[in-house]
Amino acid sequence: MSSYARLGLLVVTAIVDAGCATRVDDGEVAAKAAAVLKASFKPAGQAGLDRLEQDETQRACSAAAGKAPPKDVAAKIEQANLATIRYPADAKLLGDWKTGEKIAQEGRGKQFSDDPKGPVGANCYACHQLSKAEVSFGTIGPSLYQYGKLRGNGADVQRYTFGKIYNSEAFTACSNMPRFGHKDILSEQQIKDLTALLLDPASPVNQ
Amino acid sequence: MKFGHALLALAALTIAPSALAQGSTADGIAKYRAALQDGNPAELWESRGEALWKQERGPKKVSLERCDLGLGAGVVKGAYAQLPRYFADADRVLDLETRLVWCMVTLQGYTEADAKKNPFGSGNARKSDLEALTAYITSESRGAKMNVPMRHAKEAEAYRIGEKLFFFRGGTHDFACATCHSEEGKRIRLQDLPNLMTAEGAQKAYTTWPAYRVSQGELRTFEWRLYDCFRQQRFPELVFGSDAAIALTMYLARNANGAPFDAPAIKR
Repeated sequence: MSSYARLGLLVVTAIVDAGCATRVDDGEVAAKAAAVLKASFKPAGQAGLDRLEQDETQRACSAAAGKAPPKDVAAKIEQANLATIRYPADAKLLGDWKTGEKIAQEGRGKQFSDDPKGPVGANCYACHQLSKAEVSFGTIGPSLYQYGKLRGNGADVQRYTFGKIYNSEAFTACSNMPRFGHKDILSEQQIKDLTALLLDPASPVNQ
Repeated sequence: MKFGHALLALAALTIAPSALAQGSTADGIAKYRAALQDGNPAELWESRGEALWKQERGPKKVSLERCDLGLGAGVVKGAYAQLPRYFADADRVLDLETRLVWCMVTLQGYTEADAKKNPFGSGNARKSDLEALTAYITSESRGAKMNVPMRHAKEAEAYRIGEKLFFFRGGTHDFACATCHSEEGKRIRLQDLPNLMTAEGAQKAYTTWPAYRVSQGELRTFEWRLYDCFRQQRFPELVFGSDAAIALTMYLARNANGAPFDAPAIKR
């Protein structure tokens, strides 16, 4: 919290410094920022300008400015995103954990510098600890080491895990985690393989 | 990630794999970073930039020595520590790179397109004059306290737009700058992430760009840092010298006020 307080101070200093300049309304700044953004990017590779068009979730979470959104807003975001999750028609949620490990390691995909026909990974290790053997892991998200060992791999856990990877905003509004299924980053099979990586008793995650 | 794996390979030579722990890896990185500080190839860019600054160039065959970087015509010492700022002649807030472009156009007679055409170099194959000039000018602010002004209404506006952009989520992955840079002590893989929401975090990050990147064999400017962050955010390409680049720079540079500037630096 103290970091926000400090930033608040910085902003206040900025305004006092501005002297006679009148305080511009926040909505006006947001509108100007949107216009600036549109004029400041150009399409490159597979990344078109449509990527700057926000959906409701992105808009609401941007407005929250790094803080948790108000409770009613959070509930709306989670409800809307929950409705987007499409579970597999064959009702089988566990794929192959070995393929899942490769997807978790793969950082490429969707960048303008990436081959559009090349691999698209989930890059889970960028933010999470998973297997004990991989020490090069990030800490933006919680450790998922022994994820399945701690939770079991019953039907409810499988459903939650698949859903969380498919659309994280369904469970935690304004999560930092991408919505891998909803935004067509990963295929259904890839999400099954990641679900297996987390829940299969033979997976290195659960050793 | 290449660096992480190289380190792992190094670590594996000396420690049994079972003993590999996060702690020893972090120690290895700290040693590597300390060893880097011994000599900085950024000096090559700095001296080339100084020569470019003084050389009579462009259709008008004049040097940049009359260029006003904010502290008066030709004043280089300490200028970068007070940028971005509002320039009345351009009626716009400019960062160093866009001010250099302005001077190349108005003093030397280049077209804007020519002045801007090669902002980021690629080793010896494609050297960038703007990068070299940036290395020189920034080196002349080493030790100067960051003191980015907020007197003009357009400076205050750029700051607030920059703040909005910092929190703007978009693209396929919903990433904003804040996704990676708004919490203390976080990492991507093994790379520490500065928390740009705090004065300390912004100061530590902003005052160490430009930097010679060992992994790329290239000096990278702050505009490049923003450009490549957005690439990894899965956004389209940030236009060099655009208002978004300047507003974000304004937000981060201003948040770094009070700290001594300490670049060009050297980073893995």
